[in-house]
Amino acid sequence: MEDQLVKTILANPNYQKLLKARTAYGWIFTLLVMIVYYGFILLIAFDKELLSTRMGDGVMTIGIPVGLFVLLFTVAITGIYVRRANSEFDDLTDKIKQEVLK
Amino acid sequence: MKSPLFMLFALAPISALAAGPDVGQTVQQPINWVAISMFAFFVVLTLFITKWAASRTKSASDFYTAGGGITGFQNGLAIAGDYMSAASFLGISAAVYANGYDGLIYSVGFLVGWPVITFLMAERLRNLGRFTFADVTAYRFEQKPIRILSASGTLVVVLFYLIAQMVGAGQLIKLLFGLEYWIAVVIVGALMMVYVLFGGMTATTWVQIIKAGLLLAGASFMAFMVLAQFNFSPEALFAKAVEIKTGLAMHDPQLVVDAAKKGVTPEALAATKGTSIMGPGNFVKDPISAISFGMALMFGTAGLPHILMRFFTVPSAKEARKSVFWATTWIGYFYILTFIIGFGAIVLVSTNPEFKNAAGQLLGGNNMSAVHLAKAVGGNIFLGFISAVAFATILAVVSGLTLSGASAVSHDIYSTVVRKGKASSAEELGVSKITTVILGIVAVVLGIVFEKQNVAFMVSMAFAIAASANFPVLFMSVLWKGCTTRGAFIGGFIGLLSAFGLTIISKSVWVDVFQNKEAIFPYTSPALFSMAAAFIGIWLFSVLDNSARAATDKAGYEAQRVRSETGIGASGASGH
Repeated sequence: MEDQLVKTILANPNYQKLLKARTAYGWIFTLLVMIVYYGFILLIAFDKELLSTRMGDGVMTIGIPVGLFVLLFTVAITGIYVRRANSEFDDLTDKIKQEVLK
Repeated sequence: MKSPLFMLFALAPISALAAGPDVGQTVQQPINWVAISMFAFFVVLTLFITKWAASRTKSASDFYTAGGGITGFQNGLAIAGDYMSAASFLGISAAVYANGYDGLIYSVGFLVGWPVITFLMAERLRNLGRFTFADVTAYRFEQKPIRILSASGTLVVVLFYLIAQMVGAGQLIKLLFGLEYWIAVVIVGALMMVYVLFGGMTATTWVQIIKAGLLLAGASFMAFMVLAQFNFSPEALFAKAVEIKTGLAMHDPQLVVDAAKKGVTPEALAATKGTSIMGPGNFVKDPISAISFGMALMFGTAGLPHILMRFFTVPSAKEARKSVFWATTWIGYFYILTFIIGFGAIVLVSTNPEFKNAAGQLLGGNNMSAVHLAKAVGGNIFLGFISAVAFATILAVVSGLTLSGASAVSHDIYSTVVRKGKASSAEELGVSKITTVILGIVAVVLGIVFEKQNVAFMVSMAFAIAASANFPVLFMSVLWKGCTTRGAFIGGFIGLLSAFGLTIISKSVWVDVFQNKEAIFPYTSPALFSMAAAFIGIWLFSVLDNSARAATDKAGYEAQRVRSETGIGASGASGH
């Protein structure tokens, strides 16, 4: 890419806006996944009994919904990110393209 | 014959599980014509697709990335197919069958890498790369060293993964089709070469999509049939499974001895064993192993070359994001199915004498629990179907691996390093095809050489190296301005060598393969240490780098960032 174009884009307020919004969003979401997953693993490593505790009169334990939650959370958080990125962030990207590529 | 299959899971929970596709040594079963004909049908169908794909595979771009014309949904299904290997299907349902809840913990680890790829890598990869992930890592650096590093990372990962798949194919064919080991290895090698040589990425992707569809349909049917027996009440299924596990524990001659040792009644101990499937067991041993293994799975996924390559087959960053979302959805759904299938096998397979040998063990070992369940819920025809799908799975995964290995050799080594970017598309394509043939032959030979070896460590080795060599370089080159050629090169090789070396001296190789008494490296996975070494190496040697090249590297960051964030300048769908 030519230096001039790079300079134009760097000076574009929408580019700065996109960068700021998406970078923060991506890192916060990454952090959330880390907290949930490593939280789950450390919970098992340090307190196995907790997840084996029964919920009611049956054999169902707390661990089953917790494990399912981690699986579903992983899918859901990916979906939420993709939804915002494919609408809001892509619109912003298109705007930048229109502005800088005359 | 070495230890029976179930020992793999019973003795070394994490390392054996990490090795998924390794099914250990198996005993040849009678010839299964239903399974063979269904597989033959799959082969005929995929060969027709290959013929169609061949007419569309003209340039290097068609060969590597299907011309960038795959949609997000299709690509998501193909990525899911790469991930839902025979290992995941047979290995995870076997883990649930043997230990219940632990199988779920394992599958969670395999899924959590996907959001991280989505948030940090997917669109940047798509915007910066064309054919291989080395296009991305080498974007602003000196081409030669970084291409060599990334191509090495690719080839090492591909080779370990390939051997594990080939050996798995050979062992499975004895069990599922009743054919000899070498036949499987040759069939897989030959068909894979046909798909890749003639159909390139288009054929490889469609083989993967069809297989993923068949596997998801088959697994859904099994889970449905299991739940239907319990009026769709998970509680009823779990209760019955606990009851059966308790009953099995009661019949264990060891029970009375163990109970006396612990000072409890045999009945109480059996009940404890029965309910243990509803909570975490021995899967997570010490916290360090747990974290390290989790990191290998999470970041290894983000460094597997045959997965990364798929981001270049879609036309835009938007489609790249969609494909990871679909992949995550299908894989997550699949893991829920395997959990139900594992519990279904406890209830319907473990008590049925038809599926057991004289010693009361499962025919073919625990890895066959899902296959036996197929027969229990769907009869011989469905058994044939699932067997054919399991074998097709290996074939599809092997094709993807070979394609990514071939592209590393032709695009990164030959075209960029040897010919310095002057090779024509036709020339590059020719080298890809020669490499495909060589890789195919190497895979067949190594598959036969390793027949009697314990290859359980090979997939975990591949994940550890992907997490420690490929991922850190990718991550730092894209996100850190200060990263230089020298830093990436030295740090990347530190990651590769330390992941390799530490795996060798860990239990899965040092004790299980070399038969030493005790492992030198005490943890299950090296990732925590080798990844740290790679990141520190990249940082340190970049910071210390005052060369003229380092200045160029850093100066190139803003332009790279603009392109990675906006896609301006990136090649589109019709970029060839």
